[in-house]
Amino acid sequence: MADGSHALLLDRGNLKRRNRVNRVVEIGSSIGAVIAVAVLVIVVGSVVLKGAGALSWHFLTTPSGLFGDTSGGMANALVGTLVIVAIAAAIAIPVGILVAIYTTEFASSRFAHPIGFVLDVLNGVPTIITGIFVYGLLVAGNKPSGFAGSVALAIVMLPIVARTAQEVLTLVPATLKEAAHALGIARWRTILRITVPTAAGGLITGSLLAVARAAGETAPLLLCNFIFAQGVLTDPGEGLASIPLFIFQSSESPSPEAHTQAWAAALVLIAFVLVLNVVARAFYARSRKRMGA
Amino acid sequence: MEAGALSNPVLRARRNLTDRIGEPLLRGLSGLAAALAVAALVGIAYEVIDLARPAISEFGIGFLTTNDWNPVSKDFGAAPFLYGTVVTSLIALVIAAPLSIAISIYLTELAPLRIRRPVATLIDMLAAIPTVILGLWGILVLGPFMRDTIQPALNDVLGFLPIFSGDPSAFSYLTAALILAIMATPIITSVTREVFETVPGDLKEASYALGATRWEMVRQVVLPYSRPGIVGATILGLGRAIGEAIAVAQVIGAAYTIHLSLFHTGGTLAAQIASQFQNSAGLQKASLAYLGLILLVFAVIVNVVARIIVQRGHIKDGPDVDVDAALTEAQAL
Repeated sequence: MADGSHALLLDRGNLKRRNRVNRVVEIGSSIGAVIAVAVLVIVVGSVVLKGAGALSWHFLTTPSGLFGDTSGGMANALVGTLVIVAIAAAIAIPVGILVAIYTTEFASSRFAHPIGFVLDVLNGVPTIITGIFVYGLLVAGNKPSGFAGSVALAIVMLPIVARTAQEVLTLVPATLKEAAHALGIARWRTILRITVPTAAGGLITGSLLAVARAAGETAPLLLCNFIFAQGVLTDPGEGLASIPLFIFQSSESPSPEAHTQAWAAALVLIAFVLVLNVVARAFYARSRKRMGA
Repeated sequence: MEAGALSNPVLRARRNLTDRIGEPLLRGLSGLAAALAVAALVGIAYEVIDLARPAISEFGIGFLTTNDWNPVSKDFGAAPFLYGTVVTSLIALVIAAPLSIAISIYLTELAPLRIRRPVATLIDMLAAIPTVILGLWGILVLGPFMRDTIQPALNDVLGFLPIFSGDPSAFSYLTAALILAIMATPIITSVTREVFETVPGDLKEASYALGATRWEMVRQVVLPYSRPGIVGATILGLGRAIGEAIAVAQVIGAAYTIHLSLFHTGGTLAAQIASQFQNSAGLQKASLAYLGLILLVFAVIVNVVARIIVQRGHIKDGPDVDVDAALTEAQAL
């Protein structure tokens, strides 16, 4: 240990300077960690402090009023987000897991590598660009809709689901698959009955993380799903309200009442996202332990 | 082949039949899904170019250097937003990269073992906060604080620099840059921390044995060993910063020409699209798509470069580092 040197050497001159530099760096990096945690505490704390007061049964169960009217609540945004994210998840999770199955089980590395690369690039595409794409694909010449928003969110989710699925599928012990092959079981049965169930925890993790990410995603919805009627709607063919857009629009309003509503909606969203993250991590830890990784 | 598994010939025939359907079905479906992912990426590029076409033929490459955005006279240029994107992202990185390295040093070398994992998880959670909420906090908490406290202080001390002169404003390049720094820090940290953890223990102990202090060990062993990972992580953080639309749109205000003062309102490529796309038509919408095309090119280059750097360092320095998985995880979280 570096600290043991104190006993043997006199702490002066050059050594004193070196120890002092060391001390400064140690304190500096500890402060860095404190800053990062403090920012988290301040942001989440602001949301809780300013949002909790406005959160009520009325706020959760009443649709928002006309523009500028803050007597309503966020019921339409809550329901809209549930519908939009559910459809996005129903598209992205099966497709993402299938992509991972293809690259880990079927494709030769000549195909698997480029597909992994495409997923990484897709993951790096700014979500506002995904919004422009879906706007051009589904909204231009048509109308904005919850479904268009779902498609955009599905594209955002796809690389997250597929990449985490790839990772856990490759962690499944080869001995399990080899045992199945040795019994003469066809490859597709091995995949569906052995590989996928063994990796289930990790697959759930990736899916939950993707859902958490999609629930808070605002940019694509701003471009693909903006005009919505009053009241609680569930038809994805129409424009649907959503929590992120509700927060965005309330935050841009000059009225303090609207800001209070934005904080309350932010509290609902942040609670949902953080709980999903914690649950996802728990599944991941369990799944890794199960596969001995 | 399957005789041992199923001796009953009827059952075996039925299994052969389902296998004959099931095997190609799963292979085909999963191949189709992979093709869909590729198609999404190609489709994104195609659609953005297609929507931008009227603006591309109207303004050509001069669009990049036109310092104006005027929907009335229909003069559109990308320069103010290119400038805003570069300035806010660079400031964000100048803050986030050293901070992330410091946090990683703390988490891998200094912190008591018991609190390493909880603190790392908390910092990862920072990446999970939806950006619209960071933007809300930016408008109502950080922005006013910047205007009333930080900007006057910076102006007092460094006001002779043009970037720190001018009137304080809650909506500014500087506020946007800070929000981006908050977003980039957990991403860079989770990768650098992962890389630091892979530095072989015997190298570190060798350094201590030669009498190095902890910092000297970090500077001479950990940092050089991890350099590709640090650089790659920082570039990935850059990718995140240049692509963020919502939080920046919330806190940067609106300005359609370049302003040197960091206290001034401004715009970035992504934020400009977010704030105007909905209510635009014709040439303005095409110009916004053109901004999108520039942003897409940036984002793709940044991501590809980051991965190449990390991967190359990874192959050279140690086979047991799954940096790529760390990168993916960092982006997903």
